[in-house]
Amino acid sequence: MSLFDWFANRRKSGSLSKERQEREIADGLWSKCPACGVLTYTKDLRTNQMVCPDCGHHLRIFADQRVQQLIDPGTWRPLDEDLCPVDPLKFRDRKAYQDRLRETQDKTGLRDAVQTGLGQLDRLPLGLGVMDFRFMGGSMGSVVGEKLTRLIERATRERLPVVIVCASGGARMQEGMLSLMQMAKISAALERHREAGLLYVPVLTHPTTGGVTASFAMLGDIIVAEPKATIGFAGRRVVEQTLREKLPDDFQTSEYLLTHGFVDTIVPRTQLKQTLAQLIRLHQPYPPSPAQASQFVHVPDHLPESLSVNSVRAD
Amino acid sequence: MTLSDRKPILLDFEKPLVELDSRIAQIRELAEENDVDVSDQIQQLEARATQLRQEIFSSLTPSQRLQVARHPRRPSTLDYIQAISDEWIELHGDRSTGIDDLALVGGIARLDGRPVVMLGHQKGRDTKDNVRRNFGMASPGGYRKAMRLMNHANRFSMPIITFIDTPGAYAGVEAERLGQGEAIAYNLREMFRLEVPILCTVIGEGGSGGALGIGVGDRLMMFEHSVYTVASPEACAAILWKDASKAPQAAEALKITAADLKALGILDQILPEPIGGAHADPLKAAETLKQALLENLAELTRLSRSQLKELRYQKFRSIGMFTQLSA
Repeated sequence: MSLFDWFANRRKSGSLSKERQEREIADGLWSKCPACGVLTYTKDLRTNQMVCPDCGHHLRIFADQRVQQLIDPGTWRPLDEDLCPVDPLKFRDRKAYQDRLRETQDKTGLRDAVQTGLGQLDRLPLGLGVMDFRFMGGSMGSVVGEKLTRLIERATRERLPVVIVCASGGARMQEGMLSLMQMAKISAALERHREAGLLYVPVLTHPTTGGVTASFAMLGDIIVAEPKATIGFAGRRVVEQTLREKLPDDFQTSEYLLTHGFVDTIVPRTQLKQTLAQLIRLHQPYPPSPAQASQFVHVPDHLPESLSVNSVRAD
Repeated sequence: MTLSDRKPILLDFEKPLVELDSRIAQIRELAEENDVDVSDQIQQLEARATQLRQEIFSSLTPSQRLQVARHPRRPSTLDYIQAISDEWIELHGDRSTGIDDLALVGGIARLDGRPVVMLGHQKGRDTKDNVRRNFGMASPGGYRKAMRLMNHANRFSMPIITFIDTPGAYAGVEAERLGQGEAIAYNLREMFRLEVPILCTVIGEGGSGGALGIGVGDRLMMFEHSVYTVASPEACAAILWKDASKAPQAAEALKITAADLKALGILDQILPEPIGGAHADPLKAAETLKQALLENLAELTRLSRSQLKELRYQKFRSIGMFTQLSA
């Protein structure tokens, strides 16, 4: 029985009892789509890359899942995992930044809001950076700036294309102007990568705003977005306050940016890997060098099963 | 730029000064009426006033500094350009969006005999002017005009001098539609490509990405009472404290003053202001600015094009604080 038949049957047979539903959601066996409310067996949802099979809503996923979805098994080599944030301003709002960092690190098991590394995507070597919204809203401070800059510099040296999956509220206020300057630092590294004639593709996911939009998110040779992601410079509420009027529903969505010419293509998550592979292949030199040509003919019989990424957390 | 004939605009922390000044005036008047010589006392009181002014302005809190930086009479980009250049022609338009953004102005000037491109955010001088200039909040067209002028400078080997003075890039529907994020991002990357010296000075308010969009250079200078922020203290307070009235605390926490940014390694040079702030003596402030620009320009002119680009890269490459466990 296909998933769709299953859904059709389920609708006919009526919904599960409320009590049972809640218990099974709590167990993580079932997941409820925040957009359409339909329950999906979590395993099926994961097979579908956390895209609701009913309405196509892209649920939020985290960096390790994204790496797993994009990188060929066994090829991921994380970089600079040991970079840790510090508290240069001794910043304190309602809570001390240092405490906030420690709590977030304990809760997420992450050191900061980006994972970077080298790996292969459909047998194509590349540098990949993935921002993680769990970690203080994916905000960009010194560590995010440094890790992405090192990734881009490494990719420039090794002549690799770079893909960065963006998900961020913008610059991290708790590191003050150091955060703002990371925008310039990353852009500088991208300038050298570009100068070297290499391809850079940012993937904009929900949400991509503020200082990330005003730097590396918008600097792609080709810009890809996930469907219905919020993408903008100023937050929607800020714009509403500036103008004191209601904004159109599709304002600052992927679709809005596509219409206005600021993203090249909207790609559903389930097709992201193959689209990125296609884009990278289209930018390889022609005629292909013998080494690259072999990529087209040599297909290994068995792909390695093991993954070096962290196991996926059930959310 | 004589502002003495206009009624001064007072900030709340200047009140003790005003009281002292009016007392001096009172005594002078009384003495004249009664024909008594009080010049000694007046001299003493005036010395006291100068001392008090100095004390107040040397120990401003970050949020008081923000008030000085936003002072309506603070010299603007066009004020400085007119004061420091031998000649100046303003140029308009980005050749693409179809609107000339008056919140970001630029053109070609002659600085001590040398042609340079000057550009910067322009706040209005009064309410009407401020509406026209959108309070110095530039739109994508402004950033693209700036880039067009910087490319022009690069083509004709002219140094680029930018003046930063904006509450932030404009946050409106039109600005978003025209790609505010893209316009700023593009400048950030392209400014690393340019092969002429770039000098950036924060003359008033450096508001976040809107400031950085013309702020990538070989030297970053700030006037003593200017501020440069990752987010406005008001926005920061609203987001992190969930209470906009906590803006003074946010201003303190964000480290926005010239001295703080020098300590963080972001700023190269602090330009001292006349006592009472740049608006108290705009010509003196302009003279300080001109000297600093000429000195830095002389240093940068000695570098080759590739050295210039390499050093600019390294300057930004080194910004950031973190620890590496294995190191």
